Amino acid sequence: MQLEYFISLLLGGLAKGSIYALIALGYTMVYGIIQLINFAHGEIYMIGAFTALIFSTVITYTMPDTAFLINVGISFTGAIIFAAAYGFTMERIAYRPLRNAPRLSALISAIGMSILLQNYVLLAQTPDFLPFPSLVPNFSFLEPIEYIVSSNQIVIIVTTIIVMILLTLLIKFTRVGKAMRATAQDKTMAQLIGINVDKIIAITFVIGSSTAALGGVLISSNIGQINYYIGFIAGIKAFVAAVLGGIGSIPGAVLGSLILGLTESFGSGYISSDYEDAFAFIFLVIILIFKPEGILGRKDNQKV
Amino acid sequence: MRSKKLLTLFLVVMISLISTFVFSAGNDIIIGVAGAHSGDLASYGLPSVNAAQLVIDEVNKKGGIDGRKVKLLIEDDVCKPEVATNTATKLVGGKVVAVIGHICSGATKAALGIYKQSKIVCISPSATNPPLTQSGDYPNFYRTIAPDDAQANVMVDFAVKNLKVKKIAIIHDKGDYGKGFAEFCQAYMANQKGSKVVLFEGITPGSVDYSAIINKIKLKGADAVIFGGYHPEASKIVTQMRKKKMNMPFLSDDGVKDDTFIKVAGSYAEGVYATGPMDTSKNPLALKAVADHKKKYKSEPGAFYLNAYSATLAIVNAIDKADSTDYEKIRTALQNEYVETPLGKIKFDRRGDAIGVGFSVYQVKNGAYVEVK
Repeated sequence: MQLEYFISLLLGGLAKGSIYALIALGYTMVYGIIQLINFAHGEIYMIGAFTALIFSTVITYTMPDTAFLINVGISFTGAIIFAAAYGFTMERIAYRPLRNAPRLSALISAIGMSILLQNYVLLAQTPDFLPFPSLVPNFSFLEPIEYIVSSNQIVIIVTTIIVMILLTLLIKFTRVGKAMRATAQDKTMAQLIGINVDKIIAITFVIGSSTAALGGVLISSNIGQINYYIGFIAGIKAFVAAVLGGIGSIPGAVLGSLILGLTESFGSGYISSDYEDAFAFIFLVIILIFKPEGILGRKDNQKV
Repeated sequence: MRSKKLLTLFLVVMISLISTFVFSAGNDIIIGVAGAHSGDLASYGLPSVNAAQLVIDEVNKKGGIDGRKVKLLIEDDVCKPEVATNTATKLVGGKVVAVIGHICSGATKAALGIYKQSKIVCISPSATNPPLTQSGDYPNFYRTIAPDDAQANVMVDFAVKNLKVKKIAIIHDKGDYGKGFAEFCQAYMANQKGSKVVLFEGITPGSVDYSAIINKIKLKGADAVIFGGYHPEASKIVTQMRKKKMNMPFLSDDGVKDDTFIKVAGSYAEGVYATGPMDTSKNPLALKAVADHKKKYKSEPGAFYLNAYSATLAIVNAIDKADSTDYEKIRTALQNEYVETPLGKIKFDRRGDAIGVGFSVYQVKNGAYVEVK
């Protein structure tokens, strides 16, 4: 019984951490490339979830005969495309004009964007909580261990691992990835050797928004409800995870998220869930005292 | 300047004394109405004035109580304890037989000591603070509203007696409302023989996942879960529990007895229990009371209107049945004589809480809350 409890807490923590990781990836990529904390990232996550809800509802009502997997496929793809479009547009109208402005201006622009998107969904959709359909199938082979870990949690963990591997490959081995690293190192120099910096930044936003949307759909499908405000809390937690792991580093974001998820899970499992948030933040404080740049973050050398 | 102020004060005191003398003249029965009639919380107090007025108008039209006319003496306490003591003193000076009020629990408590010394019965339509009745300090206090802990009482009773629950897990959302409910449940469980609380914990609202607490509920071997809080968290927890094949009863409070809960949790909401105020919408007296208010005041009655209406009916009935305005006789009548009110057929228990007013348990059946009989 105790071992089973430990395993379910472990898997629960991993799933929770993976959720944070899917959102934290976007934060960390954007920060790595333009040193901007994109506060509207949580809103992209929420918009992704809403888009999937709309797609799947429309499909269920207009074509009830559609196979479940096709419905799921279209909903996920739709969510990712829409969220990516939102991310792209957001970068274009809120951040690009401020590229050479002081960093504080871009930060305020990000906060404004976050409030704008939240209220846009509030007005265009609804202030109420809405039920979210279960878009992850229940795998029959998981039936015997269903009481320890649900199909949803497995799917979330596996998706995060795949996304992280793909992103690492993209950044390490493709031309775009190389250009991204160059832009992150030195924007002016990258421009001089013929890299279209604006395009690379736009691509970063598109990728970050896509992973956020993926996360949004998976999580909403796990907890079964959404409203316009879900992006805020999830975004803050993911931001903490990104800072914990070292903001700007992709493996760092995943590691930070997993640590955060596991701390919360074991903390509430073995001590008390009253202090769930407190455990997460105590851990953050301890890590930042000893390693201010985060676990895998690299020290920023001050350019003179 | 200073002397002018003193003079004004003196005049005010004189005038109020004179008005008191005027009121106490004659053979009329005087009932005080006290509460917030101005200030921020006036919207809680004013409906009780209208309610009392409507009831005594009707009584007087029928010839009064045993041939004596009934009059109201209305005093404002602005919901402040320090003002309420003055209000009470004024009403006592006005020779009231009973008081409808006060509205806020704090003000009520401040005034009750004064009424107790003067042997005056006080019926509040809205003071829900549990110790007002449960402490036993105020034998002159009654109320036509369920105390804050009544929900918890009903819930625990239902879980232990009807569902035969042995081990219960109590969780809450750490908010005032949810945690208060959960703590009252815990306190009541302590008195239940053979059943115990195996887990008492708060959760973080808005979290993306509640699997840790759900696993804990399972580890502790709970055979029912009581949740204090609102519907968004309740639906997340129920959904995750049911997905993990944990089918034990899930019980919650008025914050969950909301159609949004059923809409969001969908099929997982089936079988969930929640407490809610008893349904008065089909009571003919309640319909009449509301219609009368609309006729006379051309507006919808406000908060605690039906409670105040019932309180006035109860006191009028008690004086009538007691054939006296004697304190002890009125108390005996309040505790023994049932009276038909908009809240149903009520009388009061020894401590002063209304029997027949309060909460029922509802259960989700086929996508709607149905009262459990």
